[in-house]
Amino acid sequence: MTDVLVCVKRVPDTSGEVVLTADGDAVDGRYAGWTMSAHEECAVEIAAGVAGDSGGSVTVLTLGDEDSVEQLRAALAVGAGEAVRIDARADDYGPADVAGAIAEVARAREAAGQGFGLILVGNDAADTGDHQVGIRLAHLLGRPVVAGAQEVTAADDRLEVRVGTASGTEVYDVPMPAVLTVLEGGVEPRYPNISGRMKAKKAQIEVVEPGVAPQGSGRLGLRVLPPPESNVEVLGEGAAAAPSLVAVLREIGVVR
Amino acid sequence: MSTSSLPARCDVLVIGAGIVGNSLVHHLAELGWTDIVQIDKGPLPNPGGSTGHASNFIFPVDHSREITDLTLDSMRQYEEMGVLTTSGGIEVARTEERMEELRRRMSSAKAWGIEARLVTPEEVAEMVPFLDPGVIVGGFYTPSVGVVDSLRAGTIMRERAQDKGVLTTVPNVEVTGMTVTEGRISAVQTDKGDIEAPVVVIACGVWSPRLARMAGAHIPLTPAVHQMISVGPCEPLAEKPGEISFPIIRDMDTFCYERQHGSDMEVGSYAHRPILHEPDDIPSIAQAKLSPTEMPFTEDDFDPQLEQALELMPELLGDERAEIRYAINGLLSLTPDGAPVLGETPEVKGLWSCAAVWIKEGPGVGRAVAEWMTHGIPEIDLGHSDIARFYPHQRTREHVRARTSEAFNKTYGIVHPGEQWSSSRPVRKSPMHESQKALGAEFFEAVGWERPHWYASNEPLLEEFGEAVMPREHEWDARWWSPIINAEHLALRARGGIVDLTAFAIFDIVGPAALDAVQRVVVAQADVAVGRVIYTPVLDEKGGFRSDLTVMRLAHDRFRVVTGGAHGMVDAKWFADHLPEGASLVDLTSAYTTIGVWGPRAGDVLGALTDDDLAPESFRFGTCRLIEVGELSVLASRISYVGEFGWELYAPIETGAALWDRLIEAGREHGVVPVGIGVYTATGRIEKGYRAYGAELDSERTLEETGMQRAKVKDADFIGKDAILAQADEAPQAVLCALTVDDHTSASGMKRYMLGGEPILTRAGEPLTDGHGHHPYVTSAASAPSLGKHVLMAFLPPDRAEVGTELAVSYMEELYPVTVAGVDATPLLDPDNLRVKNRYDEIEEAAAR
Amino acid sequence: MSVLVVVEPDEGGDGLSVVSQETLTFARQLPGDGVSAVLVDAVGEPDDSVLTHCREHGVDALYVTDDERLQRYAALAWARVVGAAAEASGAAYLIAGGTARGNEILAHAAAVLEAPMATNVVSIAQPEPLEVERQVAGGAVLERVALTGEPAIASVAGHALAPEPAQAPGQARVERVTAELADADRAAQVVRLEEREGGDTSALTGANVVVGAGRGVGGAEQFADVEALAARLGGAVGVSRVVTSLGWRPHHEQVGQTGSRIAPDLYLACGISGAIQHWAGCSSSKTIIAVNTDAEAPMVTKARYAVIGDMHEVIPAVLEELG
Repeated sequence: MTDVLVCVKRVPDTSGEVVLTADGDAVDGRYAGWTMSAHEECAVEIAAGVAGDSGGSVTVLTLGDEDSVEQLRAALAVGAGEAVRIDARADDYGPADVAGAIAEVARAREAAGQGFGLILVGNDAADTGDHQVGIRLAHLLGRPVVAGAQEVTAADDRLEVRVGTASGTEVYDVPMPAVLTVLEGGVEPRYPNISGRMKAKKAQIEVVEPGVAPQGSGRLGLRVLPPPESNVEVLGEGAAAAPSLVAVLREIGVVR
Repeated sequence: MSTSSLPARCDVLVIGAGIVGNSLVHHLAELGWTDIVQIDKGPLPNPGGSTGHASNFIFPVDHSREITDLTLDSMRQYEEMGVLTTSGGIEVARTEERMEELRRRMSSAKAWGIEARLVTPEEVAEMVPFLDPGVIVGGFYTPSVGVVDSLRAGTIMRERAQDKGVLTTVPNVEVTGMTVTEGRISAVQTDKGDIEAPVVVIACGVWSPRLARMAGAHIPLTPAVHQMISVGPCEPLAEKPGEISFPIIRDMDTFCYERQHGSDMEVGSYAHRPILHEPDDIPSIAQAKLSPTEMPFTEDDFDPQLEQALELMPELLGDERAEIRYAINGLLSLTPDGAPVLGETPEVKGLWSCAAVWIKEGPGVGRAVAEWMTHGIPEIDLGHSDIARFYPHQRTREHVRARTSEAFNKTYGIVHPGEQWSSSRPVRKSPMHESQKALGAEFFEAVGWERPHWYASNEPLLEEFGEAVMPREHEWDARWWSPIINAEHLALRARGGIVDLTAFAIFDIVGPAALDAVQRVVVAQADVAVGRVIYTPVLDEKGGFRSDLTVMRLAHDRFRVVTGGAHGMVDAKWFADHLPEGASLVDLTSAYTTIGVWGPRAGDVLGALTDDDLAPESFRFGTCRLIEVGELSVLASRISYVGEFGWELYAPIETGAALWDRLIEAGREHGVVPVGIGVYTATGRIEKGYRAYGAELDSERTLEETGMQRAKVKDADFIGKDAILAQADEAPQAVLCALTVDDHTSASGMKRYMLGGEPILTRAGEPLTDGHGHHPYVTSAASAPSLGKHVLMAFLPPDRAEVGTELAVSYMEELYPVTVAGVDATPLLDPDNLRVKNRYDEIEEAAAR
Repeated sequence: MSVLVVVEPDEGGDGLSVVSQETLTFARQLPGDGVSAVLVDAVGEPDDSVLTHCREHGVDALYVTDDERLQRYAALAWARVVGAAAEASGAAYLIAGGTARGNEILAHAAAVLEAPMATNVVSIAQPEPLEVERQVAGGAVLERVALTGEPAIASVAGHALAPEPAQAPGQARVERVTAELADADRAAQVVRLEEREGGDTSALTGANVVVGAGRGVGGAEQFADVEALAARLGGAVGVSRVVTSLGWRPHHEQVGQTGSRIAPDLYLACGISGAIQHWAGCSSSKTIIAVNTDAEAPMVTKARYAVIGDMHEVIPAVLEELG
């Protein structure tokens, strides 16, 4: 039986053009909305798979303000059974701070005899892209960690972890308890169904105080890159443009 | 053709390529426009507006005839284009109260001639096997409900205009500014260059207010969220081929709908809190995740609806494999009164609005507005949708926000015909407002004005008049009503009443050409002596009603027009649009208050306050003059809309309170009481057969049909003259009649009173059809306490327009016998108009005999 | 005050990876007095080609390990090697390329040192005290951060700058380092490698020509012309996220923020609208040609050349033209 903790972060959806908040110190989700990172959606899917196969539980955790409950409920709707929110302003926390805060929760659960055999985080958050929380967390807890996990199977207190690389798949075999950072691509995250959503709506969210004093991320400011001035040369419309296109291919030397 | 370069000029520029813009360019092309340019800031065929995410289903039955007519026309057009799939639709009721509303829906269906029937839960379950019949008590089934492909329809309509070679469509062009020259639109600036156009139409849905502001005009609407999710795949749906094979369900009591879309079920909601946006805050195409009008879904708002939807379709939606794959906060346009915003803006000549239109009305609106732009009038009366209807306060963001917030959850609500707004009040208060409050006035709102509908201070009259006040037993019939209205009516007829008429719209036509200006707009002879008052219809070119109003000639070069508040601004625009050189219009609505004093003792009351000669022989009916009421200068006009002797008194608004107080005080000794608008607009006029614009009179009705034909048509030219001369030779297709209800007793034994909108049928309950192919319905209904009858007005087929004809009215799906009591403008009460002439003694003598 | 750069060998065996060369180019801009490098993911005597690249890029010392236990990749163990090299070189700056390996090893090193780390850095905003700009939100936004810590630890965004040889070549002296490795350092170690049949992402990241395909393809069965064109141009197929989300193509072909970053000579983007996540992965391409029905699609406006039209009409015509 593997009890899994999966950590998610509320981030602005950046499918569209990015806009900053009025004060310019954060990316704003007012147009495109808020979501959890794609990697984390996969992490939740993997968590549900590992826990489900072994009869274990899935707890979803986030560090964020009250609004981030939306992402906890999104995870609760697709397989998580419990939720914990570390009540804090995510922007005040650097990756080391977040790892420290998660570690505090994990240790407290461990002390209460409810330790997590597996902790999953995203490979990197869609907004800050730090690539560090899972690895720092593993160090704090003294656990092995694999980064970029795409497929995971658990058996007999060990995990088989598959990581895609340029030429194929690297397979790890790690003992539990362990930490994995999950990369999109190995599993297809499910969409919620109505009963899942209703279960999520009714679930209690445990709120805990952060167990660390944040050092911050060192952020001094943000700026949106101006869209490059378009200097596109339209070669033509439809099939008739093929000769001009091939001429360009010759010009830049990709065909002779 | 569709190009990427913007022409430098055109005859008409249509901004927007949603269902409305596309329909408009098609119909303009049909009507002969030859140089049309259409632009949109998004790409084709889905530029990212509300059309792109619409649920695209059409329920034809609406309580509004105007909207129903536009919907039916749209359905015909969709069908002709081959993009309509008929699925049927059922509005289901979970409560008995809703069932009653569905019975009222049946009235509207019959009145507008749309096939529909009430069905039992079992019948619903037979048509929709995955619906749990245990949750509902019944349904209203409309077989003609269907879904359309509005994007495909848009492309077809655009291409039809392009095939004629008269339309250039340029996508990906964003408007950045507008040029107005001497009050008229002349050019539009875009990110792809400028384009000159004498006529510009804003058909930009939720963005319309932003574009209008560029020209200094107002399109009062707000983008608002309508939430929708798509759940699937659902096995029972996937088994059937095609997009839709089950009737669409409207779960009326939860304000939700369930609409099949292939193997998915779409659940849409109007139940969540109103979520309004500002047009300026809608994301750009680049900023949006899906499209600018598909905003991020806010799950918390939708959660209660999930539970209710699951109750209704437990197995289908509860299936673990059915996932929520698409969920949006879709933006649509809401207006303060729920009606579209159509027509030329009153602020800028040549700048038209074609906004706040749903998919179900799109093609019909496109046709009607194209006709309006081409011929000056549409075939379908658009009186309730005319952009000119808004007063300045109604164009403010706060008013729009307040009213749309209040109305949002009424989208599927049970809305009483007399229902009052609670938000955005009070805004306009008459000068005697405080005095009225002290009298216990029950205020109803009319275009912002707080108007006493009845006065609690008149409650003692109930005892005086006893059963003659015709009390109503049923809560629905008596909602937004009081027997005090009928008691005030009887007091007015017996002694007299004082009525606050501040809500009138008042404007002067002045200048050397003032006579010409009035003469060419009104039907009645306006070349009258100074001091004469005329009551006159105002017609359009085809002889349909634009309005009916009174005009006072105050000087050789000054005419004062007094008209109803509701359409006063539309009337003002009509006059202004037809002003000749040398005449101008001055709006005095906020300068004058009007108080009516009528009844047998009216002369005593006013006489106590003035030394001026009020004798009926010297102050004749249909004349006006300045009188002195103490130190108050008052314009008194001897006319009446309640059929009694008396005056309308016009006073500068700052002296209104003083005049009112003196009249109330003087009235006391004669038993003359303040009387509410409930009498003025309903009981008083219906006994006298007076028609009301918006109820009996609209652009689809003629003088002949309304029994208002003239003995002599004046020599001077006026709008509609040719039409009425032609109509005089033709037999009318329908005749406006007054009917009395013979028996009010329902099957339950309770007496019921119709409120208007009900179908008139044969005694056996068979439908009637007039020469236009329309079915008769009640245009006005009111108590006639002086007759002891409940009176209905309706346009009947000419062969039924005979006094004594026995028919029936259907109310809440029960038939009540009615008899035709009047077939022309002859009043049911006092047909010789002795009361207006102050010949009350003759009435008394007759009564004594 | 020296700079230590974590470098990786080229997958094809040709010296250092392109990203490592970019990273060395970046590292030379730091106010350090000399650049050294530590070779990861390769055990034993480095190839001559590696040393050639190191010299070209001004590397004075190249730290390598002979520890055979590292033949199979173990990130933490490599971080120990990097740590030993840092200590040996007295590094004030520890820099790696923003690759999966680079970020992972660096994060372990940062965790061991309990020092902050900045990823996806693109430029130095201020040398003293050090402030850098880094890509966030998928590359659409630049964040300026203060990079404190001894050493300062950062990864450099792939393809943020072009590799350029140093003005003065380095000595590329090979130095052996030995790290103390506990068993726990190899608790997470690759146990086996499964080669992918006919699907090598290195073909994508290393290709001179990538033919990109997006939602406009229309379906999983409609990639024949895309594949034919890629084959004809001797290139690889890359796809947008929506294509993998819809299950039309495997994830290893995905170009973008959560896929591969590419920098080919030609990126021919067909039926791709060009969302920011995708742009983050392809913006370093030398020439971009977009084929799209929508003339206003971001991919079109950002491209150097464009053909407006249906890719399934354009590609066959191009193939025919190419003969």
